[in-house]
Amino acid sequence: MTSVTPRTATATTGGGDIPFIAAALGVGLLLALFVAARAADPLMSAHAFIFAAAFVGGGFALVHHVSSGAKADPTAYEFGVVKAGVFASVFWGLAGFLVGVVIAAQLAFPNIFYFPELGWTNFGRLRPLHTSAVIFAFGGNVLIATSFYVVQRTSRAKLWGGLAPWFVFWGYQLFIVIAATGYLMGVTQSREYAEPEWYADLWLTLVWVVYLLVFLGTILKRKEPHIYVANWFYLAFIVTIAMLHIVNNLAIPVSLTGVKSYSLFAGVQDALTQWWYGHNAVGFFLTAGFLAIMYYFIPKQADRPVYSYRLSIIHFWALIFIYIWAGPHHLHYTALPEWAQTLGMTFSIMLWMPSWGGMINGLMTLSGAWDKLRTDPVLRMMVVSVAFYGMSTFEGPLMSVRAVNSLSHYTDWTIGHVHSGALGWVGYISFGALYCLTPWLWKRKSLYSNQLVEWHFWISTIGILLYITSMWVSGIMQGLMWRAYDAFGFLEYSFVETVEAMHPYYIIRMSGGLLFLTGALIMAYNLWRTAKGDVREKEFAASPALAPAE
Amino acid sequence: MYETLAKFAQTWGLLLFVLAFVLVLIYALNPRNKKKFDEAKRIPLEDEEDGNGGKRD
Repeated sequence: MTSVTPRTATATTGGGDIPFIAAALGVGLLLALFVAARAADPLMSAHAFIFAAAFVGGGFALVHHVSSGAKADPTAYEFGVVKAGVFASVFWGLAGFLVGVVIAAQLAFPNIFYFPELGWTNFGRLRPLHTSAVIFAFGGNVLIATSFYVVQRTSRAKLWGGLAPWFVFWGYQLFIVIAATGYLMGVTQSREYAEPEWYADLWLTLVWVVYLLVFLGTILKRKEPHIYVANWFYLAFIVTIAMLHIVNNLAIPVSLTGVKSYSLFAGVQDALTQWWYGHNAVGFFLTAGFLAIMYYFIPKQADRPVYSYRLSIIHFWALIFIYIWAGPHHLHYTALPEWAQTLGMTFSIMLWMPSWGGMINGLMTLSGAWDKLRTDPVLRMMVVSVAFYGMSTFEGPLMSVRAVNSLSHYTDWTIGHVHSGALGWVGYISFGALYCLTPWLWKRKSLYSNQLVEWHFWISTIGILLYITSMWVSGIMQGLMWRAYDAFGFLEYSFVETVEAMHPYYIIRMSGGLLFLTGALIMAYNLWRTAKGDVREKEFAASPALAPAE
Repeated sequence: MYETLAKFAQTWGLLLFVLAFVLVLIYALNPRNKKKFDEAKRIPLEDEEDGNGGKRD
């Protein structure tokens, strides 16, 4: 089992697909130029030019690829695209965290950070930029990069599809750029976490289908008889996101050369479709995909197999069967029929069990090796991530109960809940994976500095705690103030009084975000030095673990 | 229409889900699969080659 290399690749890595790719780029360029010339609005014109520039760039890359004559080694793993993914993850992560701090500052100090003459700096434009940047740009790149790495490793096969993984990578970056520039210019279809308009959605669909093909193709040509559990989670994530994305974005464009479209659904059906999508973006993008990371990187870093493979199978099926029904809990006390609300709530409560199945499996992998938490800050980061996962998947079912939701909904409690999952679970497991991947991919013996990881860990953890606790207090206070009545049955507080009361907590939240961003900057520096091959001499010499020779 | 769908979901739908879960339990807990799972859980750990013939840390 020790000396396996990927199976010899077939013609897919040869040059047979080059004319096809060139033709596709040519057609894309012509289409983009046509739309740019006849655009119904300046926003579409700008986006068509971005598409055109991307296709030209793709053409140059293709020419470079052919002329360099680099013959792909059919037995070697394709790690170039994973390295690119590590870069992209760190870059978009920093951008997304930074925009988060900016909008937190706008909420805390609305008079200082308000520029009416610069429309694109408005909170309404920057807020989707933040959410999409952290979820889809940062999280998505982490998922694509790690999935390409893990599926090769655990299948012992090179990525399928020749240049297709590179198309997935660059196609996804193009989607991010189109989405982000669109938000700033005011292009939005106003569906939460699915704001990009119809043409961006079509492009993402194409990229995503190729992503699925690459992933499936690699699994199909695997040399390992069993499909490791991490790949199941990745596959559930890829397939379900495709389904959610397509159904939620069913829309009719006003003009084929304009940005605006209208949803195929109306009224409460539209709302339910949106939250069916929205909650499963949490369930399959931010949970299933990152559980896949947990199932590969924690055993790898701890050098111990996962605690219970049986539990992983049971909680996998339970999780994907139950998650898909939980969306209606976002629509308590709305026009949605009460039975549908109750259904969403019931499934959300049931979801607690498979969620904790995953948490127990992740944590107990450390069983018998808890001492590693003291010495290995990367492992500690990932384990704390799983602890945050356990906490937020307990909080979530609680908040889905109608009575609790009547207090928590539309308040900052929701924001706090989301961020304990996003910063704690998704953020930390991603950072852990990046800290693992960088030395592995660039073939370094260790990270540049473990002490910097310690700094990152503690600064970020304090940041997360400040963020969550301030939003808990602020959110519950807000909810209680909204429902307070005086002796005559009048509302006790005006809305602006509740806003005023939240001010200190908004400042604490902003500081928490700033600490989290600081930690991520430390990580970026550390990873950069690691990739360069540097080692912090002082630490290296001082570490007794490095003393024994062969 | 609603009555029919609701009735179907509350009876056959429930049954289908319970059955699916039982099948998962049988598959996961079947002693005959134990060896397979014990091997599967070691997949990430027994992969020491980087595909270029070199060892990874």
